[in-house]
Amino acid sequence: MMNRIQHKLNEDKKLLSIYFTAGYPSLNDTVSIIESLENSGVDMIEIGLPFSDPLADGPTIQASSTQALKNGMTTEVLFNQLKDIRKTVSIPLIIMGYFNPMLQYGVENFCKKCHEIGIDGLIIPDLPVDVYHEEYQATFEKYGLTNVFLITPQTSDERIRYIDSVSNGFIYMVSSASTTGAKTGFGDEQLNYFKRINDMVLKNPQIVGFGISNSETFTQATTYAKGAIIGSAFIKHLNQNGISTIPNFIKSIIS
Amino acid sequence: MSYNVNEKGYYGEFGGAFIPEMLYPNVEELRQNYLKVMNEPDFKAEFNQLLKDYVGRPSPLYFAKRLSEKYNTKIYLKREDLNHTGAHKINNTIGQILMAKRLGKTRIIAETGAGQHGVATATVCALMGLECIVYMGEIDIARQAPNVARMKMLGATVVPATSGSKTLKDATNEAIRDWISNPVNTHYIIGSVVGPHPYPDMVARFQSVVSEEIKSQLKTHEDTETPDHVIACVGGGSNAAGAYYHFLDDENVNLIAVEAAGHGVNSGESAATSVLGKMGIIHGSKTLLMQTNDGQITEPYSISAGLDYPGVGPMHAHLYASGRAEFIAITDDQAMNAGLELCKLEGIIPAIESSHALAVFEQKTFKPDAIVVVSLSGRGDKDLETYIKHFNL
Ligand SMILES: Cc1ncc(COP(=O)(O)O)c(C=O)c1O
Repeated sequence: MMNRIQHKLNEDKKLLSIYFTAGYPSLNDTVSIIESLENSGVDMIEIGLPFSDPLADGPTIQASSTQALKNGMTTEVLFNQLKDIRKTVSIPLIIMGYFNPMLQYGVENFCKKCHEIGIDGLIIPDLPVDVYHEEYQATFEKYGLTNVFLITPQTSDERIRYIDSVSNGFIYMVSSASTTGAKTGFGDEQLNYFKRINDMVLKNPQIVGFGISNSETFTQATTYAKGAIIGSAFIKHLNQNGISTIPNFIKSIIS
Repeated sequence: MSYNVNEKGYYGEFGGAFIPEMLYPNVEELRQNYLKVMNEPDFKAEFNQLLKDYVGRPSPLYFAKRLSEKYNTKIYLKREDLNHTGAHKINNTIGQILMAKRLGKTRIIAETGAGQHGVATATVCALMGLECIVYMGEIDIARQAPNVARMKMLGATVVPATSGSKTLKDATNEAIRDWISNPVNTHYIIGSVVGPHPYPDMVARFQSVVSEEIKSQLKTHEDTETPDHVIACVGGGSNAAGAYYHFLDDENVNLIAVEAAGHGVNSGESAATSVLGKMGIIHGSKTLLMQTNDGQITEPYSISAGLDYPGVGPMHAHLYASGRAEFIAITDDQAMNAGLELCKLEGIIPAIESSHALAVFEQKTFKPDAIVVVSLSGRGDKDLETYIKHFNL
């Protein structure tokens, strides 16, 4: 049976996915942000579960995470906020977070709760693919969750093939060696890398993340990939303009 | 039971490499090469030569006569405080800088709390002519000014970590982020037996020279290679790992790990990870970790910046869980008093970290004929200001 992510990936269009940190700018903005993103035409959403020590993130997402935690965001609070989300929202929803909070919640409990709410997948940057494969894949699959793995320009072809074989949705193609929000815009090096991966003809489509901030970078990123993810640029927009202007931001990218 | 790392990078259920994919090539390169490189004869020769001529090894194993009389037992101090740069930290940085060179790296990054590891890293970078960037929490920069100056004199760039709590854990986060962004030319010299596999094992091996020396030195002093007790303070756990290493499998040797209780284990201001921590993941390692119920990492407290870490190395988590080592928590006051006592009785001013290990003698009685080795991990020069304030000197 296909879940919402797999259905979405079958649509004949380039996909825009937006990341935001749950609990930011205000604790209870989560549902409004998700609804506004769907209504603006976003294809997929990554809901960031904030962590005190987000190793793979640059200053923008770090700051939003710190603020979200100060605002009172916890795993339990997030699940409560999302409990009726499937009454109003139908696009794929992915939770992105670090492994420790999930470990403390209990990985099986976490997956079960995601399934009950209607979360379709997870992105856990510090859960390595081999640990997932050996210890957690069965649990994720039991609850119908797609787990998404990252690849980078340094990932070997052999490892990309392995990651592809373990994945059941899409591959998160990190555009360059950096944390989130560090760079914006792409040079030949990145474009060649996107093409190289495209030419590998993997079973899972690729979605590009890191470094996409506007319509130009979205177009560049999706030349050789199925879609692109915007995170830090969206958080910055929220920071400067609040949540009421979300539709304007999305329009500026995919009008 | 084995107390060493297994082929998958675990000590019992602790360890592993919980790292983002961006770090995989760096860590994997190290994992595939570290044992091979460490076993090369010319690597060993260069490492040993530098430990001897540059660091000043072997460090003495000193029989502390007056301290022994006071506590009615036989106390030996392993004098890591006499090493170049004043602590055991340099054993590891010498090893890792040679490793970095073998791997063709040209840029070195490190994290530091009190600045001891930062100074030891800046020192070996100067020695080898490599670029050195040290991440240090903004708060630590302010309270450890002399070590910041030392690093600068040695040619390092000190970058303030301004995220999170602005201390050691955040400096480590920043170093890891730097490594993510510089995957090809950079080696990360981690300062303790923490981080993803193979770091805990590699650092423990570089520090294992300490227990290797203890064995042969005890042979001279006592005509035995095995002490009855080995006492060491534990921040991340590297001086303890070095002092325990060759005794891990000899259950006759009682290993005592001393954690910083801060203002008291239950005061809310403590760094006693074995008591306050739960299994969790920090800096790529599954280990005991101080955290909220929700899995957010909490900020520890100790008067000693070197023990102020919310986790502990996976080797030590396993030593704790398996009962192989005895864990004792020592408060700020107990440590400070033990430090001052060593000054008065033996004419040695210890680092406050090491003072925690010395404070065990007030808490625990040893047999009169027991051989007790204490890892005197560092000297107290860097801590004068704290001693001055604490004792109104
Ligand atoms: C003198 C001294 N001892 C002990 C430590 C604690 O580290 P570890 O537990 O890795 O030995 C430090 C750390 O800075 C130190 O400077």
